[in-house]
Amino acid sequence: MSNWISEQAIKPWQILADCEVLQPTGQHGATSSFIGTMRDFSERENLEKMVLEHYPQMTERYLAKLEKLARCRWPLQDCVIVHRVGDILPGDPIVVIGCWSAHRRAAIDACDWLIEELKHNAPFWKKEFGPEGAHWVEQNTDGHSLGNKP
Amino acid sequence: MAKTINQMSIQVKFFASLRDKIGKADIELDAAKDPAEAWTLATDNAPRPDNILVAVNLDYARFDTPVKDGDEVAFFPPVTGG
Repeated sequence: MSNWISEQAIKPWQILADCEVLQPTGQHGATSSFIGTMRDFSERENLEKMVLEHYPQMTERYLAKLEKLARCRWPLQDCVIVHRVGDILPGDPIVVIGCWSAHRRAAIDACDWLIEELKHNAPFWKKEFGPEGAHWVEQNTDGHSLGNKP
Repeated sequence: MAKTINQMSIQVKFFASLRDKIGKADIELDAAKDPAEAWTLATDNAPRPDNILVAVNLDYARFDTPVKDGDEVAFFPPVTGG
């Protein structure tokens, strides 16, 4: 099991590299990863910073549950989930997910499922700060449609 | 009825924008049969937004999930992590 909440800045590529070296040589044929990074803009204004609040204890419990479910649903060799909380600046990584499997479909699908579950069900809340002041983000964008808009 | 001393009771928590709207982060209640009643008692009967979520003892629950002495009930808005 490898998942945790970080109140400090995270280095996603280092986390993935650290997990990669632990994998038995020749056992995995696919690695899929997702890194979420803070933008300096939202749909309403430019952003200066963000505060990510969470529900301590429930969040850790939920991350562990998600990893367990992903490992049950797909034949994953390994999985890592790390999520930031606290003060975050544009360009800062917010979340990193890595999935290792013998075959690509399991790794890709598990990674996709995990980020959507994190965004829509894990108890985190974003508060954005910009020139117009601070406001809570009411809902996340739809990860399966917005990115396809021309 | 809200409690002022720490003994077996229902611990109620509010998070994010809901905490700002309610004006408090947590409160203890003597008792409540379910989260719906806990909301009423903890908020002095404030209107309950349609989209809020509830957890009992760190797991998602319903507003009619039975709660017992010592339980923790949390109310929060739709989540926005990731």
